[in-house]
Amino acid sequence: MKINDVILQTAAKIVVFIILTFSIYLFFAGHNNPGGGFIGGLMTAGGLVLLCLAYDTKTIRKVLPVDFRIVTAIGLLVATLTGLGSFLFGAPFLSHTFDYFTLPLLGKTELATATLFEIGVYLTVVGVSMTIILSIGEDR
Amino acid sequence: MSNLVVLPMLIPLLTGIIIIFFYRTPSIQRIIAGAGALLNIAVSAYLVQRVYNEGILTLNFGGWMPPFGISFVADMFSALLVLTTSLVSTACLFYAFKSIGEEKERHHFYVFFQFVVVGVVGSFLTGDIFNLFVCFEVMLIASYGMIVLGGTKLQLRESLKYILVNVVSSALFVGAVAYLYAIVGTLNFAHISQRVAEVGQPGILTVSSLVFLVIFSVKAGLFLFFWLPGSYKAPPAVVTALFGALLTKVGIYAIIRIYTIIFYHDQAFTHTIIGWMAAATIVLGALGAVAYRDVPRILIYNIVIAVGFIMIGLVVANQQALEGAIFYLIHDMIVKALLFLLGGMMITVAGTPRLAEMGGIIKRYPALGWMFFIAAMALVGVPPLSGFVGKLLIVQGGFSGGWYWLTAIGLASSLLILYSMMKIFMNGFWGEEKYAAEDAEPVSLKGMLAPAACLLTISILMGVGAEWVYPYISQAGEVLLNPQLYIDAVLKE
Amino acid sequence: MEILMSIAVGVLFAVGTYLILTRSLIRIILGTTLLTHGVHLLLLTMAGLKTGGVPLLGEQLTNYTDPLPQALILTSIVISFGVTSFFFVLAYRAYQELGTDDMEQLRGRDDE
Repeated sequence: MKINDVILQTAAKIVVFIILTFSIYLFFAGHNNPGGGFIGGLMTAGGLVLLCLAYDTKTIRKVLPVDFRIVTAIGLLVATLTGLGSFLFGAPFLSHTFDYFTLPLLGKTELATATLFEIGVYLTVVGVSMTIILSIGEDR
Repeated sequence: MSNLVVLPMLIPLLTGIIIIFFYRTPSIQRIIAGAGALLNIAVSAYLVQRVYNEGILTLNFGGWMPPFGISFVADMFSALLVLTTSLVSTACLFYAFKSIGEEKERHHFYVFFQFVVVGVVGSFLTGDIFNLFVCFEVMLIASYGMIVLGGTKLQLRESLKYILVNVVSSALFVGAVAYLYAIVGTLNFAHISQRVAEVGQPGILTVSSLVFLVIFSVKAGLFLFFWLPGSYKAPPAVVTALFGALLTKVGIYAIIRIYTIIFYHDQAFTHTIIGWMAAATIVLGALGAVAYRDVPRILIYNIVIAVGFIMIGLVVANQQALEGAIFYLIHDMIVKALLFLLGGMMITVAGTPRLAEMGGIIKRYPALGWMFFIAAMALVGVPPLSGFVGKLLIVQGGFSGGWYWLTAIGLASSLLILYSMMKIFMNGFWGEEKYAAEDAEPVSLKGMLAPAACLLTISILMGVGAEWVYPYISQAGEVLLNPQLYIDAVLKE
Repeated sequence: MEILMSIAVGVLFAVGTYLILTRSLIRIILGTTLLTHGVHLLLLTMAGLKTGGVPLLGEQLTNYTDPLPQALILTSIVISFGVTSFFFVLAYRAYQELGTDDMEQLRGRDDE
């Protein structure tokens, strides 16, 4: 059956970027406000799923030649290593710290090691949700 | 504060993560998994020694002090179980190298394997009841992956039931935590214990302790083992060995932990209920072990019997009985894994799990036969082997504690265990060879016997060297008898 | 409010149990999700509904709501998200492999 999905495809092209941008905003907002790696990751995965719906998974595979299992592994590794990092400073596992730096363009910015952990969470969530959805979706 | 406490959980975690990157090349996976497992044995042995010298070690994640943060607590009981876990899982891992096949290795077998170990070790070490739930889930989700890997019809069907049972009991677990939190307002074991002791465990706390008992009984296979025989029969032998040795024992650990550290004020009520459950478990398990005539099922029902037997130690709850329970728990983890590995080899050799179609295996595989014999003797509790010491302590404790009927059931079960084991030995190893043609090439067991032999050696050493093991067991028992030691170690840092 | 929440929890448990006891696999999975929702609501209710303000540092309140149950629920939601999606994949595979999603037809002896 041929489906007419011009509207979906055209809209998806624009909407996906809005979703991805908002997901990154949510990711960084998560440090002090509602948001964070988990929600940001789920939203990114949602955007990618929208692409998969509008086009087909084969095209998306071509556009994004990423193995999401590896993305999951990288995410887990980043999160665990962040926790392990506190071993170097003799602090308990998963300790975090933060400090204020003056960065070009951004000015005085708070940089926290918790963000590194959140990056791990973000990647893991994107990887896991995409792996699950693609493994059901690609099966015909 | 010591980061050492979390290492036995982190090493398998990191190993598991790194293995994901190499999912196309099983040979590299094996090297990494093997190295990680051996390293973990060394670290856990060091942990046991540190705990032996310095007493209970704690680690507060992220520097958040208890009761507010999550803390990991390694008392001797936990540390010994962690060491046993790493020994047993390493033996299973090396057995899996030869037996599991490349197809499953490519589908993340070792990743699931490592994550099961992460969950088990985490459950043993955590000092926080909600964290216990999380570790349970890590272990269970990984076990779902392992039980379904291979995707035969039997596995799919059984894993559906397995997952359903566990999802429901996990939901109830969260509910039980909700009740407990509503009453005591804290999640840290030590802090809960302190607050429960302050109010003297009124009826409402006893009831919520029983909710926990139901949940952990489902996981441990204590009385509520209806799901266990079917699910454990489905996956390959090495997976059953891992599950039989570790997963049910986590449930047992949780029951022992909460009923010795937290809910120990109303023993006349709670422990009697556990006593009845243990007795029923032993009787029903023994019936199963005697009735069935295929190797995996007999061994699976023996898991069930052992769960009941260990619980006798908790029910009696005097020093000897608790030490016996700890000793027998460790012994049982090792011997059950060993028996399942040997049973797996029997099935590999004979090509069938049914005893009626086996026979005469000892002729071509004498080592396998005699190892099975010794392992069976250890399970029954014949003197120089490891099962004896544990059984002796539990029985002594039981009689001196006045639990005559329960102890008598436990003792009688030994005879039925002996019968079921001899049924396997006589029908499987003696008699005529029924499983293969006369001139057939013997199946190579190379690489499978060695891990089993290591476990057997440990079991023998535990029995013969009980004199040297006993101080460790006694230290573990001491904490279970005096919860104040645990509370002081966690809260007063 | 607590009574209302308790009734909601009870309804969720009842519907969840009913669905789990049906024969269709997909209904069973929906039943487990409803059951977990019920449990989460139970946790929220048992720990005390709104007893004060938002538990944030900057608000400088003396009386605030206990934030811990929400953290626990979030953790539990994430876990049940993972388990449910795995359960769905497995049910789908089982449906393909066994040709049925009726638990009644999945019965039978184990050693065929």
